[in-house]
Amino acid sequence: MTSTPVVEVVDLRKSYGGRAVVDGVSFAVEEGEIFGILGPNGAGKTTTVECVEGLRVPDAGRVRVTGLDPIADHERVARVLGAQLQQSELQPKLTVREALELYAGFYPAPADWRPLAERLGLTERLTTPFGKLSGGQKQRLFIALALIGDPRIVVLDELTTGLDPRARRDTWQLIEDIRADGVTVLLVTHFMEEAQRLCDRIAVIDKGRVAALDTPAGLIRRSAGATVISFTPSTPFDDGDLNTLPALAAIDNKDGRITLSGTDETVNAVLTLLARHHITAHQLRVTDATLDDAFLDLTGETQETHRTKETAA
Amino acid sequence: MNTVLVNTAVLRSEVRLFRREPGSLFWILVFPTTLLVILGSIPFFREADPVFDGLRPVDGYVPVSVLLGLIVGGVQAMPQTLTGYRERGVLRRMSTTPVRPAILLSAQMFLYGGAALVSALLVLAVGRLAFDVRLPEQPFGYGVALFLAVLVALALGAVISALSRTTKISAAIGSVVVFPAMFCAGVWMPVQTMPDVLARSAGLTPFGAAAQALNEAAAGDWPGWGHLGVLAVWTVLLTFAASRWFRWE
Repeated sequence: MTSTPVVEVVDLRKSYGGRAVVDGVSFAVEEGEIFGILGPNGAGKTTTVECVEGLRVPDAGRVRVTGLDPIADHERVARVLGAQLQQSELQPKLTVREALELYAGFYPAPADWRPLAERLGLTERLTTPFGKLSGGQKQRLFIALALIGDPRIVVLDELTTGLDPRARRDTWQLIEDIRADGVTVLLVTHFMEEAQRLCDRIAVIDKGRVAALDTPAGLIRRSAGATVISFTPSTPFDDGDLNTLPALAAIDNKDGRITLSGTDETVNAVLTLLARHHITAHQLRVTDATLDDAFLDLTGETQETHRTKETAA
Repeated sequence: MNTVLVNTAVLRSEVRLFRREPGSLFWILVFPTTLLVILGSIPFFREADPVFDGLRPVDGYVPVSVLLGLIVGGVQAMPQTLTGYRERGVLRRMSTTPVRPAILLSAQMFLYGGAALVSALLVLAVGRLAFDVRLPEQPFGYGVALFLAVLVALALGAVISALSRTTKISAAIGSVVVFPAMFCAGVWMPVQTMPDVLARSAGLTPFGAAAQALNEAAAGDWPGWGHLGVLAVWTVLLTFAASRWFRWE
């Protein structure tokens, strides 16, 4: 059975002052998944989701939310899509309770705000004006407001930026709970750990384009240095032998400790090589690369080609 | 397209927030009446004066005080609030809900327009009770002139907000505009006491025209079509400018 994607973006383009911020982005978010949009600052992540939220009119391309155009069908899209924006505030003297009640009134069938406030730990803060809330409390209120219309999709943009590690972890749990309730989550982030932990699939956006789209594990596997091998050889080693290893992505020799990145094939070849030379590998460690490594690999490469192009021009 | 202009929940919430602003409450609702009370307490202001067509200066200051709350609300308070809402992303946040942010703008207009009318009624009531100032003898004409004055003040405020990227800019423009507006309305020198040329020129400005229209209606005449026309033209021009230049973000 093929289901229609909840969010569909096809060849989206948006320029500001002649500069292409979003330059042909395509992806589709399936019902019930946590879909991540990952990328360095200024990559076009926020502009992309703003087009999904109907806050910006695309220059070209197609955006559909549950099959509807977020601009032409703004009201119907807004009923099923809850948004937490990167930079927005409320009236400074509006209390938490008033904000929840007011925003609940904007939707035809809102969620009950009381359990929502409780779940987000806002019950103690109901009479506090927005201007007096801490950063974390403001974020939690915005999550509550994103959920108050009982949406099918929530878009969370840089949700955990500025939160302390503890609050960040609590927020992650919360996002998993939201998904467990059947809500599709579109998550914009530049934290690898966050994307790796939460997302079912990730679109890596760099310079307004999708550099890669895969599961976190898939992205790591796909990057050149998916496996990292490090050891301290019992006798010094000839680098020349190492350089011929299959699928080798990077090599580093520092203070007698060798770090290689490559694939499983590289691991086997290293072990064979060591055995052949009767070298013992002290403190041998084989680890999977993190999404961090994959990300740098994916976005670094485009930076490289970009630079070469510039020098050529 | 949703054409509903008023959302009662938003309006109620904005009224509640307005009540939490002691500064706005004082300057819009209390100050105009206070000014009238202070001036009316001076014996000289309670003596008939030929300049005022045989009326007393305190009679002449009632329309001035009526306009005062409207000027402060429309030109200073409202643009500050609206620009702040835009600057802080309150309008953007609202844009992601099924309710359009224009609802917040219209709520602000109803709020400040309403506050100006309450302030005007308070001035008229205190003038009548404390200083025996006669209520407008052409009440319908007075109402029309006052309604147009409210519209022009709100339109002017909307233009200021449209031109201001930040609340600092709107505060600066507001305080530059508020003094000439108050002068033309006659705060320092009621129109009756202005030299002829000055009174004529002031009559071409929104609040000068409003002051003269209110004076005529207070005295029992239908306000001059010239004054009402000036108010209407300003309202149309300013509304057009505001809708043309206003940015949601």
